[in-house]
Amino acid sequence: MVSGLINANPVIYEKKQRRVRRAPSVGDDEHAVEPIDQIEFEARFVRVIIFLTFLNHVRDIKDPEHPYSLEELKVITEDAIEVDDNNSYVRVTFTPTVEHCSMATVIGLCLRVKLMRSLPQRYKVDIRVAPGTHATESAVNKQLNDKERVAAALENPNLVDMVDECLAPSYA
Amino acid sequence: MTEPSQLTQHIESFVDSSRSSTQQAASLDTIVSLVKNDVVTISSLVREMEMYLTTTDNIIRARGILLLGEALKCLSSKPLDAATIHSLMSFFKERLADWRALRGALVGCLALVRRKSGGMVSSSDAKGVVESFLQNLQVQSLGQHDRKICFELMECLLNCYPCVIASMGDDLIYGICEAIDGEKDPQCLMLAFHIIEVLVQVFPEPCGPIESFASDLFGILSSYFPIHFTHPKAEEDFEVKRDDLSKALMLAFSSSPLFEPYVIPLLLEKLSSSLSSAKVDSLKYLSYCTSKYGAERIAKHAGAIWCSLKDAIFTSGQPLVLSLTPESLGGLGFQENEIAAEALTLLEKVVIQNNDLFSSMIVGDEEINMVLNSLSGYQSCNEIPSQSTQKMYSVGRILYVSVKASVASCSRIFQNFFPCLMESMGLPVVNGSKTSSFNDECIISKRPNHGSLYLCVELLGACRDLAISSDDLASQCVSADETWCCLLQRFSTSLSKIFSSILATSTDKPSHDADVYLGVKGLQILATFPGGYLLVSKSTCESILMTFVSIITVDFNKTLLWKLSVKALVQIGLLINGSNQSEKSMSYMDIVVQKIISMISSDNHDIPFQLKLEAISDIGTSGLKYMLKIVTGVQEVICANLDEVYVRGNVKSAKVIIHLLECYSNVLLPWIQKYEVFEDILFQFVVSIWNQIENCMDFPVGICEKELLDATMKVMKLAVACCSVESQNIIVNKAYTVLSSSTFLSMKDSLSSLQAQLEELEDTQEMIKFSSRDEWIHSLFTSVIIALHPQTRIPNIRTVLHFLMIVLLKGYVMAAQALGSLVNKLDLKTSGTEYSGGCTFEEAMDIIFGKNLSPSDHVPAERSGITGDWSETGLTNLCLGAANSGLLKIHSFVGLAWIGKGLLMRGHEKVKDITMVFLEGLLSNGRMGASPLEENNCNWDMHLSAMKCSADAFQVLLSDSELCLNRKFHAIIRPLYKQRFFSTMMPILQSLIIQSDSLLTRSMLYRAFANVVTGTPLIIILNDARKLIPMVLDSLKLLSKDVLDKDIMYSLLLVLSGILTDKNGQEAVIENAHIIINCLIGFATYPHTMLVRETTIQCLVAMSQLPHARIYPMRIQVLQAVSKALDDPKRAVRQEAVRCRQAWSEI
Repeated sequence: MVSGLINANPVIYEKKQRRVRRAPSVGDDEHAVEPIDQIEFEARFVRVIIFLTFLNHVRDIKDPEHPYSLEELKVITEDAIEVDDNNSYVRVTFTPTVEHCSMATVIGLCLRVKLMRSLPQRYKVDIRVAPGTHATESAVNKQLNDKERVAAALENPNLVDMVDECLAPSYA
Repeated sequence: MTEPSQLTQHIESFVDSSRSSTQQAASLDTIVSLVKNDVVTISSLVREMEMYLTTTDNIIRARGILLLGEALKCLSSKPLDAATIHSLMSFFKERLADWRALRGALVGCLALVRRKSGGMVSSSDAKGVVESFLQNLQVQSLGQHDRKICFELMECLLNCYPCVIASMGDDLIYGICEAIDGEKDPQCLMLAFHIIEVLVQVFPEPCGPIESFASDLFGILSSYFPIHFTHPKAEEDFEVKRDDLSKALMLAFSSSPLFEPYVIPLLLEKLSSSLSSAKVDSLKYLSYCTSKYGAERIAKHAGAIWCSLKDAIFTSGQPLVLSLTPESLGGLGFQENEIAAEALTLLEKVVIQNNDLFSSMIVGDEEINMVLNSLSGYQSCNEIPSQSTQKMYSVGRILYVSVKASVASCSRIFQNFFPCLMESMGLPVVNGSKTSSFNDECIISKRPNHGSLYLCVELLGACRDLAISSDDLASQCVSADETWCCLLQRFSTSLSKIFSSILATSTDKPSHDADVYLGVKGLQILATFPGGYLLVSKSTCESILMTFVSIITVDFNKTLLWKLSVKALVQIGLLINGSNQSEKSMSYMDIVVQKIISMISSDNHDIPFQLKLEAISDIGTSGLKYMLKIVTGVQEVICANLDEVYVRGNVKSAKVIIHLLECYSNVLLPWIQKYEVFEDILFQFVVSIWNQIENCMDFPVGICEKELLDATMKVMKLAVACCSVESQNIIVNKAYTVLSSSTFLSMKDSLSSLQAQLEELEDTQEMIKFSSRDEWIHSLFTSVIIALHPQTRIPNIRTVLHFLMIVLLKGYVMAAQALGSLVNKLDLKTSGTEYSGGCTFEEAMDIIFGKNLSPSDHVPAERSGITGDWSETGLTNLCLGAANSGLLKIHSFVGLAWIGKGLLMRGHEKVKDITMVFLEGLLSNGRMGASPLEENNCNWDMHLSAMKCSADAFQVLLSDSELCLNRKFHAIIRPLYKQRFFSTMMPILQSLIIQSDSLLTRSMLYRAFANVVTGTPLIIILNDARKLIPMVLDSLKLLSKDVLDKDIMYSLLLVLSGILTDKNGQEAVIENAHIIINCLIGFATYPHTMLVRETTIQCLVAMSQLPHARIYPMRIQVLQAVSKALDDPKRAVRQEAVRCRQAWSEI
């Protein structure tokens, strides 16, 4: 891993007002099905929080930086999530903060793990780097969507710890 | 004298630093108690300790002196003679120089100086201490605790010996400065700030030593402002909070006017800080200092203060937004932030203090004038750029506060701004004329612009509030020829016209909302000026009221306008009512209240009925008088409509009544219950309803009957419950008369016919319906019975009981509830002869349970034969199989349940018999089940539901009912009755469950168990958690099999989750972790209720907190179960599932 921050001063965007579900589900209708939709996704995982300092293993910084969520860094926006409940398909497109961001794979891995844990098994998850935002776009895409490689990565205890740490606040 | 060895031992044990601190404390206690009880004198103690006090070993000496000091601290109330005190004081005073053993000396000094009784330190000794303090102590080089004691000592000396201190002059002040300078600990700082505050008071004369030291003292203090903790989390750990510290510093700052030349500039400078807490603090300090320093000193800084204030208000961070809700009509229309709020408080203070100076600054301020001039450029509020809006609102607040501050400032500002505002609103001012310059015929040419409107309303509101704020002030400023009064008198009529025209021309578009709000608010303010009609003429006031009323009756489509108008009328009513203005009150009554009532009674169907009700109930709350009128009006309308329904069968009227009755019971009754005045009205109302029913012989059928009856019953219950015992006596008699006129009782007035009725009942499976009129009478009669006081006398109680029994067996639950209430309230001690028709409690029970009727009964001799038959039909027997009809059996169970509830609540023993009946009902399976094949299916079903009914009776027994038997309806409730019942029932149920062999019986027993557990308070359950958990799980499993049981299953699950999340239940949960988890896993996919699934998963999340070793084996199972829930059709369940999965995958 590189020591020192890759993007020491990220641009912080304001969080967008969360979209609110229009009418709360009617009380009596016990058997109405509420399909998994985009809004639910936002609630579930746009708030994935990445501790930048943690990722970069910088230990000698005295004042710990504030953790920002992916949303605040505009790594993920609402419209970058496509959900199709009928066909059990999700596609998430994210934008790394800088072009050479070596964190892209880690962020992608976090997203994938988060989705794996919070979606029914029938779903196919597709995670992509936004076109033209990363130097090694295709390599990253390939790595993120390769089941074997993801499984291998998750067998690495250090990596799993890190992912867990990143995701912890998103379950609150 | 005690043997010296013991004392020496204790002294040694304290001095020995190798002993534990508890041992040391114990020996100190013993020594103190010895001295307290005069076993040892102080002087002998000192003599005994001599060696420790004078030894050259620093540690032992320090401990020795500390012992003496601590002992004196504990002996603060023990009388000591002057010589002892003097010698001790001299000792400690000298010891202050001994830096190695300082702690003890400080503690000792402090203990002696603090003495209030039983011998105090003499002035010369005090002086000696101060001198020694100043000479020997380097406070800032000491540890935190020692510093604190030093400061406490100094504070105490300053408080108790000010004269001694004052004679020391400069040296002292210098010494204190030195001691405080550089202090950082919050606790010490609190003391230090207070020392300065007291120090300044010690030297009150203006040209004293303080003056020369003012700049030094301030130099020390100023470095602490603004108080800011760099580690916000650490703040929580300290005992001293930021606010306390800040307050102490403020008191120190404001302690002397001599600080003024230094303090004010500092505060003004800090106002420009970027730290918002610093701004708030500066403003707070300025407010406080203003009142302390006096007008003259503040006047020097007036210009600077005004500038900074203006800045603070104009740029106070978050934008001010005019809130347009009806609720804000009464108060300020803004949600202010803290900075602006503080700034406005300060402004008010300075204007009150120095009116001329600040008023002229406000009047002459360029920025304000510029804002005012720019207003006319924009027509509606949307056109104004947000920055200007911001400024405008800020100016509005400034003007409001400064007008409201005092009469003088009000006149000054009014005179200056009001005419030009009027002009920009299209009302030209002709100077010098006292008469109205605006004639009525003049048409308001254009719509006034938003800005002028807003400022105008603010100004009006401010002088209204000023006039209201004190009665003296009101008469003073109204009577005097104040400029603002003249201006207001001149313009009030035309202003009210302008406001009304705004309301008339506005539409429901959001762009008009702000104007509508301001228009309503303006009118409301004009109508609420105090002092009669002096400022605002009678005709204007009345026309304002009429405007609002006409909006309410006509403009109901404009939601905001309508809501605001109702609210404004309520506010006007409240103010008129509160200020005792009889004339205004009369016109309010005539114009508003009358009109609103007539609106209800009229057949005008344009306006939705709900809105009518909302208006009427809101306006009623504005005053007792009005409510009285409105309640009477509503009652009249209800009665008139009831008449319509009964006589003509008018369906429309029935609907109207239902609405009215609901409004009456939900909104009006809760409000009027608080006032006794209404009792008579309620009584009249109830009686008139009964009269109507009595007079009406033929009831129309089929017009919203059920709803209408329910609503009437509810009102009847609540109204009767509010009446006094005397009125209730009359009501119940009346009701009984009507009841006896009903076909049911009039035809068959004797018990034999009741008996015949019962036989009839047994024969038929179908329920025989009463006639419509009878049903009404019966229902209302039961309502009356339910709501009675225990002291109320029910006529012919026996007949009533019989009657209720019959109605109950026909399947009317309210009769059961009435019976329950009756037995709950019946006096246990009465002999039954105090009034005719009364009966004893035992008799009543006999009637109900079908024992022998007492010979004193009214049954004529020739019919006495029936008593035997009647006993056969007693409720107990009916329940236990005497009845052939299953339906009858079910009805008996329901009735018995309510009667049992009544008895249980008052704590009567008879309830035991009743519960035994239920239990037998549960176990009756054995008898019936022996030949299930012979029974036809229908009977088997009947039997099953009868069993269920007896199981559910436990639910009735333990749950709180809204309908009857609660505090509202005067039930007798014994404390902790649920607990008692639980503790007697639980062992019985447990053993029965263990013994039961048939599956059906067992499931019924579990059902009863579930009802008992859910009805009992959780705390009791927690005590028994260990035993109960396995049973709860078993009954959950059984209940989950039937869809119909989902509600009871859910409440049982909630009990389980209560156990899981409570600390006291933890142990039992840990013990049973495996079976709980196994059981819960099954419910994660319970198909019938989402709430069950959600709660189940929440329980699982809670379980994940248990000790790792207990739950880890279950991990895989839980994860599998939860991953299925991830695909749940309901969103809430999925979300919980995600959380649960995470929680379990982490362990």
